[in-house]
Amino acid sequence: MTQASATTTTSSPTARADAPRFRPPGLLRQVQMMVWRNLKHTRRQPEMLTDVTIQPIMFVLLFAFVFGGSIRTDSGSYREWLLPGIMAQTMAFASFIVASGLNMDLDKGVIDRFRSLPISRGSVLIGRSVYAIIHSSIGVFVMSMTGLAIGWRIRDGFGNAVLAFALLLLFGFAMIWFGILVGSAMRSVEAVNGLMFTTIFPITFLANTFAPTEAMTPWLRSVAEWNPISALVQAMRELWGNVPPAPPSASWPLQHAVVVSVGWSLLITAVVAPLAIRAYARRTAD
Amino acid sequence: MTITTEARTRRDRFTGPAIEAEHLVKRFEDMTAVDDVSLTVPQGTVLGLLGPNGAGKTTTVRMMTTLTTPTSGTARVAGHDVLTDPEAVRLSMGLTGQAATVDEMLTGRENLRLIGSLYGLGRADVRRLSDELLERFSLTESGNKVVKEYSGGMRRRLDLAVSLIAAPPVLFLDEPTTGLDPRSRVELWDVLRGLVTDGTTLLLTTQYLEEADQLADRIVVIDHGRIIAEGTALELKDQSGQAAIVLTVSHTEQLEEARALLASHVSEVHVDTAARQLTAPADGLSDMTRVAAVFDRSEIVLDDLGLKRPSLDDVFLSLTGHRAESDGDRDGARAEQDVQKGESR
Repeated sequence: MTQASATTTTSSPTARADAPRFRPPGLLRQVQMMVWRNLKHTRRQPEMLTDVTIQPIMFVLLFAFVFGGSIRTDSGSYREWLLPGIMAQTMAFASFIVASGLNMDLDKGVIDRFRSLPISRGSVLIGRSVYAIIHSSIGVFVMSMTGLAIGWRIRDGFGNAVLAFALLLLFGFAMIWFGILVGSAMRSVEAVNGLMFTTIFPITFLANTFAPTEAMTPWLRSVAEWNPISALVQAMRELWGNVPPAPPSASWPLQHAVVVSVGWSLLITAVVAPLAIRAYARRTAD
Repeated sequence: MTITTEARTRRDRFTGPAIEAEHLVKRFEDMTAVDDVSLTVPQGTVLGLLGPNGAGKTTTVRMMTTLTTPTSGTARVAGHDVLTDPEAVRLSMGLTGQAATVDEMLTGRENLRLIGSLYGLGRADVRRLSDELLERFSLTESGNKVVKEYSGGMRRRLDLAVSLIAAPPVLFLDEPTTGLDPRSRVELWDVLRGLVTDGTTLLLTTQYLEEADQLADRIVVIDHGRIIAEGTALELKDQSGQAAIVLTVSHTEQLEEARALLASHVSEVHVDTAARQLTAPADGLSDMTRVAAVFDRSEIVLDDLGLKRPSLDDVFLSLTGHRAESDGDRDGARAEQDVQKGESR
């Protein structure tokens, strides 16, 4: 391979014919390579997908068949009621994937390697985010299939059904920023997992995901209904025709679930994204 | 069609020093990691940045490779300023970091493809260059294996191969042989010498004196973030401590006769009877040739006669008051790396 580049000869038109051609890649191509890398990881380690396959399926089965009998909802069937909840939880966990993956890359110096290349500094984060969306979409697909198998149905129109999935992805996008923040701020993958399990995990329960909020004590009910996940879940349930609109006793967010869900996702993004970018910049600056 | 695209032209049409650092300073909240480091590396040469753990080597490299912004001062790589034109710097250099930063879950070939594509190399170029590099680094057979299965030495070699995929004219190597067994180390040295022969400029940091001695044209000794000495290995050795004439007599019975003869020509003679060795301070080569001539005319039979210069280790000790290489040496490599990671953040 030619290393003549360090001498002045390369600048002449007689440069070695086998000198590599540079076509500085566009952002799209960079992101594509980052996603390619992550997909390779997944293919080599299919167990990376357990969080969007086996784990939610287990949750579905546990709740549908173990707890389901004793949970009363305003839907005809608890299983049908449950499924949008599980989907929201799966999407909230998109932040896990981003956080632990990013943290590992930072820790192992992979990010430094990327930063030493003539590529956009954003491509690493965008690539991770795109991968996280793909990852979570696999989960949504698996959940939909599981749901169809146990009796969940889309009972409203096609447009509403698509809108529900769009809300879900938008929420995932917001959660990715949270993942970037945590992944950049924490010093080890263990710390990332610890923090995520003690925050995101309970937050996905403190909502209308698995049990109706009506039975909660009033203050807890308010907290649960103002939880961004509750609006998302309520919106999906309504759009898929799984439940009637929220009762008048429900909090304002549940009365306007679709709009509120969009609002929450945008708000989370607007607040967390700058913090996440700052944390990432600080982590990589020293 | 000319091969030289705009990026490449921008990268290679340059005749000044490959690397220039000007008064680089990096202060962290509680400490000054790098304190006024200036250095120049002419094209096609090797500069060894030598210093103990925590001396500021990694931070210096990180500033020169655009990974971190200097508190003050600046650096130029292939004529491009790290502050005003980092993009051009990144196009001109390769970096092999302290920990092998290859992707463990990709194969060797996939690692090359990833970085090659990010440099904008076409698919055919990537394939051809990957073949060449794998061959050159004796990794052809492991090219399709996942890196997780590689040995430490193989990872290092792949790491270096990845850094070379775009044939950067300037290469930074941060402790390239830390954690390697002696054989892999020597192999890597050979590879690095090959790169220099081909015209690549190298800046390598090391805490191994021998490594700097073996590879570097010039050595910059750094301690507590400051440059404390610089020069060729020879100059550094001459700078501190005196050279000595070391003479080994073939027959023990001639040792006393030899001592007397040597003592008549030099001020002081040290005798090691067991080794049949005489040592005397010398000012340089002329002293030794004089002694050689004297013994040549005598009846005394010698096994060996030579001029022993102080080792770089002696140099380091006299410069800093402490040794550069820790006793734990390679076994402690992991711990050392952790310490340095702390330093680099």
